[in-house]
Amino acid sequence: MTLQLVLIAAAALFCVGLYGALSQQVVVMVMMGLELMLNGVILAAAAFWWFLAPTPDGQVLLLVVIAAMTVEMAMGFAVATLLHRSRGSDMTDSATDLSG
Amino acid sequence: MTDAAGTNPAWALLAPVVLGLLALAAAALNGILVARAEGRTLRSGAAAPVFEVARLMRQRRRTTVAADVLLWRIGCSGLVVVALLKTAVIPVGPWVLADIPVAIVWFNAMDVMVWAVVWLIGWGANSAYSLIGGYRFLAQAVSYELPLMFALVTPAVAAHSLRVSDVIAAQQELWFIVWMPVAFVVFCLSVVAFSSWGPFATAASGDIAGGILTEVSGVDRLLILAGRYALLTTGAAFAVALFLGGGAGPLLPDWLWTLVKTLLLLAAFVVVRHRLPEVRPDRLAEVAWMIVLPVVLLQTLIVSIVVAVRG
Amino acid sequence: MLSTIVFSVLAVIALASGIAVFRVDSMARATYALAVSFVAVGALLLMFDLDYIGVITILMMVMEMAIMAIYMIMFMGMNPALMPMSMVHNKRWSAILAVGTFLLLAGGALLVPWPARSGSPATDLTASLGEAIMGSKMLVMLTVSPILFATIVAALVLANPRGRYDRWGDDLQRARPDDPQQGGLGK
Repeated sequence: MTLQLVLIAAAALFCVGLYGALSQQVVVMVMMGLELMLNGVILAAAAFWWFLAPTPDGQVLLLVVIAAMTVEMAMGFAVATLLHRSRGSDMTDSATDLSG
Repeated sequence: MTDAAGTNPAWALLAPVVLGLLALAAAALNGILVARAEGRTLRSGAAAPVFEVARLMRQRRRTTVAADVLLWRIGCSGLVVVALLKTAVIPVGPWVLADIPVAIVWFNAMDVMVWAVVWLIGWGANSAYSLIGGYRFLAQAVSYELPLMFALVTPAVAAHSLRVSDVIAAQQELWFIVWMPVAFVVFCLSVVAFSSWGPFATAASGDIAGGILTEVSGVDRLLILAGRYALLTTGAAFAVALFLGGGAGPLLPDWLWTLVKTLLLLAAFVVVRHRLPEVRPDRLAEVAWMIVLPVVLLQTLIVSIVVAVRG
Repeated sequence: MLSTIVFSVLAVIALASGIAVFRVDSMARATYALAVSFVAVGALLLMFDLDYIGVITILMMVMEMAIMAIYMIMFMGMNPALMPMSMVHNKRWSAILAVGTFLLLAGGALLVPWPARSGSPATDLTASLGEAIMGSKMLVMLTVSPILFATIVAALVLANPRGRYDRWGDDLQRARPDDPQQGGLGK
């Protein structure tokens, strides 16, 4: 279990999430892609922390990333609810214009 | 008192048996209370869980149209698995399966697994009433979860540790229930809530034709009903370890005291079902967020101040 | 050796369930595949001695996935018949971009000369995390708290279909709020 191995696994998770976030049409599926990306980021941050500088300050960064994930999900669902209520659809393609 | 408890391989085989026996005792007590209310003999009530187990083991499984079988089976077997995982961190006398340093957080993580498991049970059957039961459980769980987390934090603050054996050791002079009663009451109510029991049984309630229990039959139903009793048992055992001093007591050895206290608390939980009416999740939400959460926060504040002053 | 095997198994589980999120046909399965991926990453964090953060990751992510499942069903309907659903746009370029990013990141991970480990982890990582977040990193706590509070308020304001004037009347003078479902305290 070396740093390189963990980083490759984290990069793979990040890129699966990136594929999902870019290709999915439904807002909630895009958010799941973003969650996977942040999953990869958490794993990479923990690997850097463990293998390079295992100080307590590094763990605080992990907590911040988890908090950011929570915030993103909450706001994403609020926006998805509002989009569904006003446009009647859950596709990102129908939310590309500012008016309406 | 237990020091750093050791892992005994025999306990790994004995713990599920003890859990099962205590859960059976709780089911028997429930049967007795039901039989007394219906006017039957007490013995028929006490034997009712055994007969129910036999009936469910040989009952043929009911199938529904386009059920999501994979998720349904995972949900049905999940409750018992989660209860077993919770028992892994509870010391009984000198034995414990895994005295992990973050045991209290582990307990909390496992009862969040119950959220997922109950929803999967509701979803898997492809039935409207089932799904409503699953949704009701999540709506109720959102209300009790924050008070439960703060009630779990309070003994950890007082014991300066998240390890259960440290929490038990810190109660040598004074049990935690004496100076954190609010946390104890909130914890016990949360145990009743995550077991879908009594006043918080809205997920399996009669007004939605049984909720998550609507379509399950046979072994699945047995696992869910047994899982509810098993969750009540582990919750009671954890409350004993966190608030009632673990195995502390005059004459008997500590493992016996732990079991006695767990049985008494478990009996109280079972009796609560026959005393309190069911609470609707939307009514619970306002009470939980406006009254219970500030009171628990105040309790945690008082405990933190006491701990900081004592140094 | 054992740690490499355990790591490989957990990493494969995390990756496979991550891919499964976008390949399965049912909303609930996609959500819980993501939950499995998160639990695998939480278990990986446990391997780094990050006990508290690993268990907290598992706790929070399973909770989030349970709530996310409600939203998935609400917006995309019940699909228990497992009809094939593939709702993608721009599949080819997304795949090219994702693979390209992976090659870039993996290449960086393999080629960069990483420095040696400086320092060693504290004996009680949870206690040292607590002391760091209440001591030297107090600013993090101070900023995260209003961010979380603002998120709660903003999300509720965005998602709530009924505002103050619907509940309390045009002059905000109604005695009890006009809710479709009365709460327990009548507030």
